[in-house]
Amino acid sequence: MLYIKCPYCGLRAQKEFSYGGDATVKRPNINEEVSSEDWDNFVYMRKSPRGKHIELWQHIAGCRQWIKVQRDTATHEIFQTAKVTEEIR
Amino acid sequence: MSQPFRLNKEGLINRNKKISFTFNGKKLFGYEGDTIASALIANGIHLVGRSFKYHRPRGFFGAGVEEPNAKLQVEFNGHSEPNVNATEMELVEGLSATSQNCWPSVNFDIGAINNFLKMFFPAGFYYKTFMWPKSFWYKIYEPFIRKAAGLGVASIEKDKERYEHKFEYCDLLVTGSGPSGLASAYAAAKNGAKVILAEDKPRFGGTLLTDDVSIDNLSGKDWAEKIITELKSMPNVTVKNRSQVFGYYDHNMLVMFERVSDHLEKKSKFTPRQRLWYIRAKETILSTGSIERPIVFGNNDTPGIFLSAAAKEYMKVYGVLVGKKPLIFTNNDSAYETALEFKKNNVEPIILDTREEHSSELIDEAKSKGIDIRFSHGVIVANGYKKVKSAKIGKLNKDKNSFEKIETVDCDCICVSGFWTPSVHLASQSGNKLKYEEKIDAFIPDKKKQHETSVGAANGSFTLEESLKNGFENGSNLSAKITDTKTEIAIPNVNEKKYGVHDKFWCMPLPKNENPKRFVDFQNDVSVSDIEIALREGYRSIEHVKRYTTLGMATDQGRTSNLNGLQLVSNIENKIVPEVGHTTFRPPFTPITIGTIVGREVGMEYMPTRKTPMHEWHEKNNAVFVDAGAWKRPRYYKQGNETLFEASKREAKNVRENVGICDVTTLGKIDIKGPDAAEFLNRVYTNAWMKLPVGKARYGLMLREDGIVMDDGTTTRISENHYHMTTTTAQAANVLSHLEYYLQIVWPELNVNVVSTTEQWAGAAIAGPKSRDILSKLYPDLDVSNNALPFMGYKEAEFFGVPSRIFRISFSGELAYEINVKSDHGMFMWEKMMEVGKEFGNQPYGTEALSTLRIEMGHVAGPELDGRTIPSDVSLNGLVSKKKDFIGKNSLGREAFNVESRQKIVGLIPIDRKSSIPEGSHIVQDQNAKLPNPKLGHVSSSCWSVENNNPFSLAIMKDGKNMIGKKFFAVSPLKNKSIEVEVISSHYVDPEGKRVRS
Repeated sequence: MLYIKCPYCGLRAQKEFSYGGDATVKRPNINEEVSSEDWDNFVYMRKSPRGKHIELWQHIAGCRQWIKVQRDTATHEIFQTAKVTEEIR
Repeated sequence: MSQPFRLNKEGLINRNKKISFTFNGKKLFGYEGDTIASALIANGIHLVGRSFKYHRPRGFFGAGVEEPNAKLQVEFNGHSEPNVNATEMELVEGLSATSQNCWPSVNFDIGAINNFLKMFFPAGFYYKTFMWPKSFWYKIYEPFIRKAAGLGVASIEKDKERYEHKFEYCDLLVTGSGPSGLASAYAAAKNGAKVILAEDKPRFGGTLLTDDVSIDNLSGKDWAEKIITELKSMPNVTVKNRSQVFGYYDHNMLVMFERVSDHLEKKSKFTPRQRLWYIRAKETILSTGSIERPIVFGNNDTPGIFLSAAAKEYMKVYGVLVGKKPLIFTNNDSAYETALEFKKNNVEPIILDTREEHSSELIDEAKSKGIDIRFSHGVIVANGYKKVKSAKIGKLNKDKNSFEKIETVDCDCICVSGFWTPSVHLASQSGNKLKYEEKIDAFIPDKKKQHETSVGAANGSFTLEESLKNGFENGSNLSAKITDTKTEIAIPNVNEKKYGVHDKFWCMPLPKNENPKRFVDFQNDVSVSDIEIALREGYRSIEHVKRYTTLGMATDQGRTSNLNGLQLVSNIENKIVPEVGHTTFRPPFTPITIGTIVGREVGMEYMPTRKTPMHEWHEKNNAVFVDAGAWKRPRYYKQGNETLFEASKREAKNVRENVGICDVTTLGKIDIKGPDAAEFLNRVYTNAWMKLPVGKARYGLMLREDGIVMDDGTTTRISENHYHMTTTTAQAANVLSHLEYYLQIVWPELNVNVVSTTEQWAGAAIAGPKSRDILSKLYPDLDVSNNALPFMGYKEAEFFGVPSRIFRISFSGELAYEINVKSDHGMFMWEKMMEVGKEFGNQPYGTEALSTLRIEMGHVAGPELDGRTIPSDVSLNGLVSKKKDFIGKNSLGREAFNVESRQKIVGLIPIDRKSSIPEGSHIVQDQNAKLPNPKLGHVSSSCWSVENNNPFSLAIMKDGKNMIGKKFFAVSPLKNKSIEVEVISSHYVDPEGKRVRS
């Protein structure tokens, strides 16, 4: 079970979180024209990297904040966590 | 009642307390502190089971977790548990143990015929033989093989015991209380660290209990006791015996299995049987020690053959002799300690040492005591079927592959030692790639991936001095980093015997023309020749050899066989062992009970039960409940001998004709506040929300970004910047997360807050033509006329002095209202409604009637919004705005969503107007068509239309409304039904929606 540091609550067990997918995907702006290709890329296309991956998790059984987690998908090592408004480099 | 193999004094058992038990029906005695194994051996019983494949007689081999043979079916405290390790299970009064894998008895086992047919049972036998015909495998071969090869029998009784889970956090977890573990825990404790020390066995001390050593002038056992006593007195230390750390998971989480009460005669009602600990440790010390490995020789599985350290443990811990005429067969010095122990107890051993004559501290001591030592010797084959009677021994030539002399000696046990294998399971599980250590012919931990440090024998240090030093240093350094305190501890003076170099000898050669089975893996009956066959047949990877021969599988996970198997492969393949590699170590280290894994999450505690504030009333009024997620909802209120069908029909009919009241508390409710709330809703829902006035409700549809309908519900504008959203019961949690996602991540600029209020409000729906009559009596001071409170209107008013919200919304398609009060007032509201409703013929109705009402109205719900439908599929395209953008809008233009023939919602009625159509039925043109019969759609919801008094179903069907008027078959292979149906509109009742507006 992973040990994830919520930027609001501190280190908590994975049990308290739910996974939310790739955090680097940006939704096209609302009320703006978007090409079919860009839209399809946003809805369907995801990379499945082996190694470092920035992903979204929600602390559903805690503060209910969505957070960013930089995790190694092969080893589960977590390098960094951040608020969604913060950048992970 | 005498125990012929019990020593008079030795041992740590409590001789003042006799314990009676039975083995295969025979009544026997042991002492408190015995294991089943030690008690049986004390009684001279060695034959305890039959082997897996050949049904060969098997006896005890080890004295702990390493035991491959002695797995018993054990009954105690009302349990029957299979595959219990007799060398680990402590004796308790009244315990009854029986042998497994034998029929009719362990002494006469018909399956043993396999042993005489063994030339027909080579490696891969099952794979090769039972291949044809293919269909026979599942139905005939496999069940038969399973029956023949079964281990124990799992109980089908309900487990009445209590199991618990515990979460714990510590600075340092120490796994194993041998010398290095004790030293580590002690040093860390002195530095002020929060320490957990776990010991698998009932007694602390590990090898200190059996080795002839002294520390600071105390015997090993006394020193261990002193340290444990001190550790127990420290508030920052938790010391646990009978507790095995069996799994090393991510981020330094380890899982420990504590046997809390199986050894107790009496326990309180709330004492759990076993406890599972999830331990998050900042650092872990792996002081798991090592396990002795055997030397392979002919018939080496005969009862009476032991690991030499196990024989010593039986003497020193249990005061039991494994035999009175022992042969000690070794390639190293440690077995000399066993020989000396025998000698001390007036038993004359013969030592067969594969090494050439040489001297060391232990050899010299054995010589001085007059023990018969034969160098360059080994056991070729053990004689005896159910017990060792003698052994053919040989003097090895210099090449160690042929014999100078062969003779037979009498013996009643053989104690074998092929040197020591560090227990690296936990280190390996943590991600540590192991490395092969030539010096000890075994794998030890290499570079760490997590915060773990192996010390002592687990790290390949086989001297006490080194183990203690290792332990103190690592315990101190690792904890000092956490606590910032370093207490100096003097490393104690150690007195131990120095071992000489071991012999790299692991398998006894066979003389010409002799071909006894030489087992590498006892538990799976894998012999040297099986591995040879696997390699001959082309299996190269050690993982493949493992799977083909089953080497190292099953409950003992090859603890005593893995390395010998690797040596054999490396010899035949002419590779060095590190090139062959090792198989993967996986948790659990030893088998654990399912009960422990499940813990308290059984029965009512499997998941939380959510009850509405009116639950008690429903119970009192014969409600039959249905699970809706964690909620309990009344499905129907049973009157007399009514069936579900009859009751739901009565309830639904009464709503259509009079009035009914339904508990709708479980609907998801989300409070939405903020100046941008309207804009937010406008983006979340497919329809327009900017112009909804205060005091009005609107039905809304929300999509996922891929255009699929996610949920529907009504949202009401309570005040300028305050909305009350309802969701379906099932989607409540998902919708909240969905809204939070967009507010926190996608549109953080919107000033809106959302919070779940599902549990804050109790809700009741009043539905039916007479619902306004009830409402006006409930709110005598309020104008509830159609003008004052029109369809989709909203009002706040006092309900007999209690604040309440009135929504004029309808799921049933009738004139209907929904009233919400604070949860605490839910029961008050409900009882008042029932009281007032009486005169209008009100009846409460459950979810079954609720479904009937919505289905015949053509209102969609979960079965139609099944994660595959877009708005136009379910006739809700009128709710999709063309003017504004919203979540999922861009996806609705996708080509596949816009083909004419797409499956869409329709209604179905049976031609005979009688046969109900099973939900999930497939719609086909021709019920007799050749398979695969083209599927035109499926039945999503079915009911008995109370309005038209015949069955009616909703279906999602190709070409949708274009099919109206045509006839098809709804077939359900599951129910073995085929019903001819006619396609009609999905709105079967009141298609114009007049009633809700009346």
